[in-house]
Amino acid sequence: MNQKVLSIRTIVAIGIGAAVFLILGRFAAIPTGVPNTEIQTAYAFLALMAVLYGPAAGIAIGFIGHTLKDLTAYGSPWFSWIIASAVVGLVIGLSSGKLRVNEGEFGKKEIIRFNIYQIVSNVIAWGIVAPTLDIFIYAEPANKVYLQGAVAGISNIITVGILGTVLLFTYAKTRTKKGSLDKE
Amino acid sequence: MKQTMLGYLKQESLIHNLTGATKLICLILCSLITMLTYDTRVLIGMLIFSVIVFRLSKIRFSDIAFVLYFILFFLLLNNITIFIFSPYEGVKIYGTRTELFQIAGPYTVTLEQLFYHLNITLKYLAVIPMALLFMVTTNPSEFAASLNKIGVSYRIAYAVAIALRYIPDVQRDYHDISFAQQARGIDMSKKEKLSKRIKNITAILMPLIFSSLQRIETISCAMELRAFGNHKKRTWYRERDFGIGDYIALVLVIFLFVVASVITLSNGGRFFNPFKSI
Repeated sequence: MNQKVLSIRTIVAIGIGAAVFLILGRFAAIPTGVPNTEIQTAYAFLALMAVLYGPAAGIAIGFIGHTLKDLTAYGSPWFSWIIASAVVGLVIGLSSGKLRVNEGEFGKKEIIRFNIYQIVSNVIAWGIVAPTLDIFIYAEPANKVYLQGAVAGISNIITVGILGTVLLFTYAKTRTKKGSLDKE
Repeated sequence: MKQTMLGYLKQESLIHNLTGATKLICLILCSLITMLTYDTRVLIGMLIFSVIVFRLSKIRFSDIAFVLYFILFFLLLNNITIFIFSPYEGVKIYGTRTELFQIAGPYTVTLEQLFYHLNITLKYLAVIPMALLFMVTTNPSEFAASLNKIGVSYRIAYAVAIALRYIPDVQRDYHDISFAQQARGIDMSKKEKLSKRIKNITAILMPLIFSSLQRIETISCAMELRAFGNHKKRTWYRERDFGIGDYIALVLVIFLFVVASVITLSNGGRFFNPFKSI
């Protein structure tokens, strides 16, 4: 069974995905002007990988990528937010079976479906998981962590909604559509 | 844009000679202690312990100073936001209220709040030296082997190994692409408008992502050809057997873990409350 969930391709996708997630998180985050909020392009990439390689890859890229990013940047992992990243990857990954991006299908219907999944995933991750764990692990004041979560969630929803959709759309265009050949 | 990333620093020291698995277990246990407890005595103890371990490692302070300043700045910011949002969190937790002086409006500094801030800061500081040490003293290839040793499936361990192996490559790719795009006049700096910057960043993302997807194909084909995953187990080139030092370190950290748990539990809660007796 393990064989099925983690094919060699998925393992490599997790490894490379985590590396790219780290680099984007470190170098390709755009500050918005509001303190402590950045446009995290890494999450748009995470969404793309989750859709392409499924929930197992999504959860692992989120978890490993974010842990390594924290370790190389601050030297200490911040578990509540790491787990939130893994949740984002997992939930968006669940949509991968219903989207056929690999076959070049990414029209209006798929865009809406993808965005529903990504909004749900961000709400769960930053609205529930991250703040709750922050309170539980670090005993920080509730109103502070929920506001932080809300800001992070909204900025991520927008980032993934715009950048993620553009990335998937561009990717789908490079794939050959099923039945696109005509008989002459 | 020189290295701003923590990485392995080769050296000869007691800490370097421990196996990766030992260091990983120690790090996990120490993080668990500091994550669970809010007892000031335990936290101070952990901080002293990790500073001693840091001295043993012979890592120079200047090697990790940049990270430390970054963390301190972040901690300061965090403390300020906590105070702004909840100036009486400490009062809530410790159940007493000792006012010191008023700043403005609803913001009065209380002894309890200051104590709470001290604890939060300690909680973060206590584990930072250990985590930093783990990063600088563990060889990346050994890291994967040690993950496998403590029971993580070797497939996942190998994924981590791939990630560590390709971080420098991806970083180089990212900078190459970024410079190439800048040479074409695509501006990523603060001078551009936010909306323009978001558009410009896709000019870097696209090539980076497509080259990474290509890389995934190449590597997975190579691994498939070498029959990766054919057996239930695999061996690691960097794996080492436990030595005396490893056993001593493990016993010491497990002992610390037990002591910390006992002290925390004896409080009847996660918080050590010095205000009760006052």
